[in-house]
Amino acid sequence: MKALSILLGKSVKKIAQLKGSNGSALPGLLVEKTDRDFVRKVLKNLPYGVVVVSGTNGKTTTTKIITELLEKQGLKVFTNKTGSNFVRGVISAILDSISFTGKFDYDIAVLELDEAYSVKFCEVADVDYALLLNVQRDQLDRFGEIDYTAELLQKLASHVKKTVVLNREDPRVSKIEAKNKSFFGLSEKMMSFFPSDDCLLSKEDFRVSTTKAKVIFESLEGREAEYSMDGQKCSCHLTLKGNYNAYNAAGALALCLEILPDVPFEKLVGDLANIKSAFGRGEDFVINGKNVELLLVKNPSAFQLSLTSFADDDYDYMICINDNDADGRDVSWLWNVDFDCLREVKYVSGIRAADMALRLKYDGVKVGVIEENLEKALNGFTSEGDKPKRIFSTYTSMLELRKIILGKSLI
Amino acid sequence: MTLNILHLYPKEMNLYGDHGNVLALKRRCEWRGIDTKVYAYEPGDEIPDDIDIIFGGGGQDSGQSKIEEDLMKIAPKLKAMVEDGMPTLVICGVYQLFGKYFHTHEDKMIDGIDVMNLYTEAGPTRLIGNITIESPQFGEIVGYENHSGLTYIENKDAAFGKVVVGAGNNGTDGTEGMIYKNCIGTYLHGPILPKNPKVADYIIEKAIERKTGEKANLAPLDDTIEERAHKVSASRPR
Repeated sequence: MKALSILLGKSVKKIAQLKGSNGSALPGLLVEKTDRDFVRKVLKNLPYGVVVVSGTNGKTTTTKIITELLEKQGLKVFTNKTGSNFVRGVISAILDSISFTGKFDYDIAVLELDEAYSVKFCEVADVDYALLLNVQRDQLDRFGEIDYTAELLQKLASHVKKTVVLNREDPRVSKIEAKNKSFFGLSEKMMSFFPSDDCLLSKEDFRVSTTKAKVIFESLEGREAEYSMDGQKCSCHLTLKGNYNAYNAAGALALCLEILPDVPFEKLVGDLANIKSAFGRGEDFVINGKNVELLLVKNPSAFQLSLTSFADDDYDYMICINDNDADGRDVSWLWNVDFDCLREVKYVSGIRAADMALRLKYDGVKVGVIEENLEKALNGFTSEGDKPKRIFSTYTSMLELRKIILGKSLI
Repeated sequence: MTLNILHLYPKEMNLYGDHGNVLALKRRCEWRGIDTKVYAYEPGDEIPDDIDIIFGGGGQDSGQSKIEEDLMKIAPKLKAMVEDGMPTLVICGVYQLFGKYFHTHEDKMIDGIDVMNLYTEAGPTRLIGNITIESPQFGEIVGYENHSGLTYIENKDAAFGKVVVGAGNNGTDGTEGMIYKNCIGTYLHGPILPKNPKVADYIIEKAIERKTGEKANLAPLDDTIEERAHKVSASRPR
């Protein structure tokens, strides 16, 4: 059955690719329908097991960090790189990597799964480790409510065979129950840089934690990040941008210590240095001779953190807001973000450009041009002024912008 | 002149950007030279006597259960204020609790404060998506709804508006929200006021009239961006 599934899946995938589609869903669907145990059978032979990374924000970059950290320790890592973070996407990624004879030559699988799909995934595969990053307000029109999202992560945690690594500072994540738990957390000093979702509005910090964390994100001065494990402090010069990425790296470190307890902490922290963010998460481009940085914003907490890390007067800003299914149809979340730290936004674009302009108006931020068409806005924005540019963009507008910038489709 | 806005439970009921409504009221006053003061009311607080506008937004179910008890305590005062013509805007969770009761999925009866003649029954699915309604008083109103409770108003003529696209109070009788005296209850997030400035200005106008006893003549504002955002909202798929 397995051999047949592989043949079937790989063939359909090939045909789909020849037809010009990336072909993530169809072959996955086919195998899912014909062989219910396909994923379990393939993944159960991995010597280091299966890791699931989930949470609202930072999954993609954190999965990339873990994958590269483990690779630097000599492991062969299977991961769902295309960002198809659902079960069919995983099957499709397996089909790409498995030989026709069923050889799946990896040591460990590190998979990014969103909250709802991570629960579904547990039904078709065994999970050995999970890293749960945060539960923040995201596409509430999909999940309904933030507490429900936390329940999904609890379900995932209950299925985990070895260890669940939890964000100590997220009130909904830290109380998740599991057989074995390990925590990552923030030093007192770093707390103020991470307003929790519940106090985004009141700005007060009510988090006091007595839970011991395995790995602590101690500080970030420029790009110099310091982490500690059981009091042992190590630092490195990060390529990753932003406080939140540096913090998620602490989660990645805590997880890697569970998988490979014998690797010195110093070595792991050192290996963080050259790891870059995932695409769209602080990517740099040169357009019309200007440096342009593209930053993905999906929800209020991520947007707020991004503004805290990246708002300063040395840059020109553009904000692109789409409301397609993958962005979330509801744009009211823009009103849960404070834009006071921006003096001016040169262009607003995307389907909901006017909503963004309206939001900025009520925060007293000057708005230059409202241009729904992303290509026109990008051209205008990069033709004006000498300052380097920063673009904050929701998911589908980011894909569209990349497509315009690179002149080809990526998804 | 200073208008005092009572913001009910900003911490517990702060979902879907509803606090943007308070910001809209504030700014639209400021742009006309009217000062505002916002009281963030938390459980256990005293309600100040000089309130001119009441606002309460939507929240998680967990947030709603945190405020139930306190809301009961301040119910007589809130009720008296609304009866006295207090301009009030309550959305989603607080709108439900302004009715007679909320009958939950767990068969629990949560008492409302009975300011408005309506009740809410738990529904089988969440009603989620862009919504457009037509109000006899304000014309087209746009927003975003996300609720599982089905609300039934006794007097359908008292609806805030008729549903054009979306579900509204209960998805069946075509009504959305309710108006009682100067109290507007609705399921519309978005937030509702920035994109529907007529409603915002109505609340401000009523507050000034109640405070001064004279007819208010609000200076017109440039609402080009408001109208553009309104138009885009109305054109988006459910």
